[in-house]
Amino acid sequence: MPAPARGEHVHLDPPGPEPSARGRFGEFGGRFVPETLVPALLELEDEFRVAWASDEFRAELAALLESYAGRPTPVTECRRLSERLGVRVLLKREDLTHTGSHKINNVLGQALLTRRMGKQRVIAETGAGQHGVATATAAALFGLDCIVFMGAVDVERQALNVFRMQLLGAEVVPVTSGSATLKDAINDALRDWVATVEHTHYCIGSVVGPHPYPWIVREFQRVVGDEARRQCCELLDGADPEVVVACVGGGSNAMGTFAGFLETSARLVGVEAGGLGIESGKHGASVERGVPGVLHGARSLYLQDEDGQILEAHSISAGLDYPGVGPEHAALAADGRAEYHAATDEEALEGFRLLSVTEGIVPALEPAHAIGWLAREAGRSVPTGSTVLLTLSGRGDKDAAQVAERITGEPLP
Amino acid sequence: MKLESTLRARRDAGHKLVVPYVTGGLGAGWTDVVRAVAAAGADAIEVGIPFSDPVMDGRTIQEASQRALDIGATPAAIVAALGDVDIEVPLVVMTYYNPVAHAGHERFAASLAASGVDGAIVPDLPLDELDGWADAADSAGVETVLLAAPNTSDDRLRAICERSRGFVYGVALMGITGERETLARQAVEMGRRCKAATDRPVLLGVGISNSAQVAEAAAAADGVIVGSALVRRLLEGGGPEAAAAFVAELRTGLDT
Ligand SMILES: Cc1ncc(COP(=O)(O)O)c(C=O)c1O
Repeated sequence: MPAPARGEHVHLDPPGPEPSARGRFGEFGGRFVPETLVPALLELEDEFRVAWASDEFRAELAALLESYAGRPTPVTECRRLSERLGVRVLLKREDLTHTGSHKINNVLGQALLTRRMGKQRVIAETGAGQHGVATATAAALFGLDCIVFMGAVDVERQALNVFRMQLLGAEVVPVTSGSATLKDAINDALRDWVATVEHTHYCIGSVVGPHPYPWIVREFQRVVGDEARRQCCELLDGADPEVVVACVGGGSNAMGTFAGFLETSARLVGVEAGGLGIESGKHGASVERGVPGVLHGARSLYLQDEDGQILEAHSISAGLDYPGVGPEHAALAADGRAEYHAATDEEALEGFRLLSVTEGIVPALEPAHAIGWLAREAGRSVPTGSTVLLTLSGRGDKDAAQVAERITGEPLP
Repeated sequence: MKLESTLRARRDAGHKLVVPYVTGGLGAGWTDVVRAVAAAGADAIEVGIPFSDPVMDGRTIQEASQRALDIGATPAAIVAALGDVDIEVPLVVMTYYNPVAHAGHERFAASLAASGVDGAIVPDLPLDELDGWADAADSAGVETVLLAAPNTSDDRLRAICERSRGFVYGVALMGITGERETLARQAVEMGRRCKAATDRPVLLGVGISNSAQVAEAAAAADGVIVGSALVRRLLEGGGPEAAAAFVAELRTGLDT
């Protein structure tokens, strides 16, 4: 089979492994939700299992990913960045998908599931606004009603995406409770869903939440890693990259990427939000600093205080501003199969600039953390001369105004 | 098993049950509120242990939880304070699973027992995830109350009624806590289905806000749980007297 390339057909690799009984990845995962949601989660699990095994469903999703989302996305060889860092950098270009981030992969899959279940309304949470935009897009495409919950803080810093969602016909509900960011948007989406579950699908945007979501979202995102593996194989004469890196908010682009490389010997690295620095306590490094707990329906690693109250995360990027991580990442970290490190706001900004000036690619602030980490580690834990695949999960347009203000101290005119 | 035995005895004596909900740690005098509603005729009292992310709760209880946390409420301090309230009325704590898991099942159950707390409601711990906590609670003599929802299947409802201790909590609507203008159309049906499935006391809760709704819901079950309507009065500055007056009003509406 030829390596995926623009203009080639999208090919979906066979499904990956299901989590074990009761939705567990090792000791993580599960379905810790109010009783009212249990029937819907059981229905969704059954629906997905059948759909994901069906050639017809897979063909329909593949066709949408191809003709609508613009897949396959390329892997770009970064010559000038590689020269600068002394390591060979390959970028998986999710920024080139329709709507500008990997979020569309998952959303198209869930929109098809929504239709199969005969539901007419979708709700979603969003941090950076990318998942909200993707959901609003799919809702427009499928003619579904769409409500997006977004922390009031994020509504401020991602104004462009708020307008995009509204333009697409979605209603954006600012969430003012708690820290008014992604965690609270998920709370309010869950609260809506408890009341509307009989006709509404909750289109969750990352590999988080109660079973079966972490499994479903990983499966819908694994196209990123499966494509990248074959593309690397072609570029590297049959070899795999030595290091595979992706940023981790809830962890969907990273999990989709890792899924394609779990069987290889590649070093898998997830980069979390280091915020103002781990020691400052203002960060989103849930694997590095979180402890096991239960939030949003899943047992995983969360930032919390000594009483089990969830702490606010801090990050320059709305998409990484989450005090937890998907349960499969927690399991990969516990097994030692993947490692998780933090990049600070400053390092992310450095990554943002670096990729822009060396390659003419403006990354979203989320994957800019992965670039910032690589810039720091190249020649150190990533030896000079190694080959690195880095998932560029989204493009930076949404962040341009925020970064401009941060650099110049003034809002754009 | 004081919770269930107390509720059963009252029910069997032909008495409808009223269980008010009070947010623990909401102001320095919150234990006085507990004592006042006990004296006003509560059959059991549900005490909320605030959690940062209460997904089953609407605005009122969210706000009360946040206020309590902001002034330093902690699970351990609330449970300890319950050890000193010195009332005969059974106490049930309501919290979310993370504070329980964080403290450790055995440790949390033991702390409840040591404070004389009779039961626990953990709404994000459904039947299928119950084992670790329920075993610890059973051993410590703490009765774990399970919730049934209007969309729970008959088979599941039977299993929930079977495993629940103390009473069965029938969620009276599709949704989260908070006052409603009218009693949800699902409430009566929920009561009827639970009653048909079990001999345990059945209480309806969520969205039951005033005397008229209490009377209507209680007629379909063994009694009611009233949370947001009481907590709103506390948030608006009401103290033990206001809480007691409200519970007395609900009581009178039922007993006459
Ligand atoms: C471009 C981009 N990358 C990454 C993320 C983080 O999400 P996840 O960790 O699920 O990939 C987001 C979330 O908003 C995003 O917009």
